[in-house]
Amino acid sequence: MSGPSYQELMARKAGIVKASTGLDYSKYATGALAFDYEKLLADTGYDIDTVREVQAQTAVGNTPLVELKNITELVRALAEPGKGAQIFLKDEAANPSGSFKDRRASLSAHEASKRGYAGVAVATSGNYGAAVASQAAKAGLRCVVVQEAFDSEGVAQPEIAEKTRACEGYGAEVIRLSVGPELFYVFLKVLEETGYFNASLYSPYSILGIETLGHELVMQVRESARRIPDVVIVTHAGGGNLTGTARGMRKAGAADTQVVAASVDLSGLHMASDRDFNRKSFTTGHTGFSMPFTTWPDRADVPRSAARPLRYMDRFVTVSQGEVFYATEVLAELEGLQRGPAGNTSLAAAFSIARGLDEDRIVVVQETEYTGAGKHPLAQLNLARELGIAVARGDPRGNRPGERIVIPQHPWQIEAVEVDLDRVRRSYLGHAMESLPEGARLSETDLEFLVAETRASRSTVEEVMNEFAGERR
Amino acid sequence: MRDNSLIQVSEEKVMPELIEKGVWVEVHRIELAAGARAPQVPRDTQDVPLEMRVKGFLLEPAAIGDEAEIETFAGRRVRGTLVEVNPPYTHSFGPPIPELSTIGKELRALLRERGGNP
Repeated sequence: MSGPSYQELMARKAGIVKASTGLDYSKYATGALAFDYEKLLADTGYDIDTVREVQAQTAVGNTPLVELKNITELVRALAEPGKGAQIFLKDEAANPSGSFKDRRASLSAHEASKRGYAGVAVATSGNYGAAVASQAAKAGLRCVVVQEAFDSEGVAQPEIAEKTRACEGYGAEVIRLSVGPELFYVFLKVLEETGYFNASLYSPYSILGIETLGHELVMQVRESARRIPDVVIVTHAGGGNLTGTARGMRKAGAADTQVVAASVDLSGLHMASDRDFNRKSFTTGHTGFSMPFTTWPDRADVPRSAARPLRYMDRFVTVSQGEVFYATEVLAELEGLQRGPAGNTSLAAAFSIARGLDEDRIVVVQETEYTGAGKHPLAQLNLARELGIAVARGDPRGNRPGERIVIPQHPWQIEAVEVDLDRVRRSYLGHAMESLPEGARLSETDLEFLVAETRASRSTVEEVMNEFAGERR
Repeated sequence: MRDNSLIQVSEEKVMPELIEKGVWVEVHRIELAAGARAPQVPRDTQDVPLEMRVKGFLLEPAAIGDEAEIETFAGRRVRGTLVEVNPPYTHSFGPPIPELSTIGKELRALLRERGGNP
């Protein structure tokens, strides 16, 4: 074995991250916990018009907004009279590499070129790898993608295998790893060795790149329905999609639109488990990412994540694996759009949310992603069966991740389950307390920061922090 | 497709077939041994090594199972055990899933009942 040990390399993390992002995060600290989030974003110098110009150079963005007429009809058939909101879908699969991730990658590649980096590196097993590889190809940058790709039996997760192919197709080097969070260790080694730009999913560039999505969808709904959307549902994992979209919506004047986070419920499966790796049937959009990243965003590959979802979400719901596969099939057969599956998490939630709203309301499903070999319900369900997971039609409430995938019998069985946001906020504050340096006290700025982070009241924040401080003593 | 990695040179001895320089191959290596994993990973993951697989162009002739060096698409040089020549993409769809096959038909019937379009 060669190179530094895990502990040795982790000790050099701060320096490597600074060199590879070109950002000195320490200068944004304003308290023991607080930092100036808006300044971190503003200092990049990209306003939404500049972002749009950069993205236009590589045909990123301006994706169609599709009215899902038949699905709306179906939802109305299931709803009480007068209920059943009109559903629109932002077809992000129309981006160059097939997902909204091109928006995130575009500013990173642009920034890397501008600053004279020879290449970009990224740690991701998802669509984002293909997006960075595609943008790097166009910009003439070299590209390394580090993936968590296979288990200790050598079995590749089919969706990630497709991402390997896509990245290599764009001329990127793909480092495929077995299961485990030490992917970050390998990634740091690559950054140190190559001196490439870290196209982190959590950098300010990545989040600013998504603002155009939120902005566009509001303008498109305005154009076609002469009003702003009532509800926007976002497939939620690491928090960037939700953060960037909500920020862009506000810039388009839709500050009152309800922003709903939707994740596939993978409770019971461990994200760092070798055994569970291929039993998830989803590689993103699931609670294995969304819960930890909502309750503590700063666990990312940069010191301060620019994705801060709890600041922007009005509601958080989960749907089951079987419900998302069902929604994927419905989208193909009723609307003629083969997309997803993971991106259809918000579509599954829309069935249930639109059903409870009045007919004159508008719900937007905020993204789609391309589909293909490996990245398809058939590939996931065939693998699940090979691993002994039962696949059956039935009541989706009987779905058990890793044991049983239940495809609904009827569309009215699809039911988005509410996540208690007060519990999520409390969990966030617990993590905040854990990260408070020994002996440090919370300042006025810290308390204001925690209020902004959680959207809890000042008295709630003080009460919970005092409670945790008491436990710590 | 190569049918094997060995060629018979005599009845007693087999010599591994050398893969030519410049051929697209995959190398494998252990990045962290079992036991040297990050402290926070669960038991089942602690018990297995962190493995790495990288593809690139072979820099010197080598046989399957040899230690070899490659140059990747990004121009990096990586050493590891040579495990595969021109590795195929084998991910697929597999057979149709019967539990999904009838959904479209069911929903079109439901919409027809209601006098809808499809």
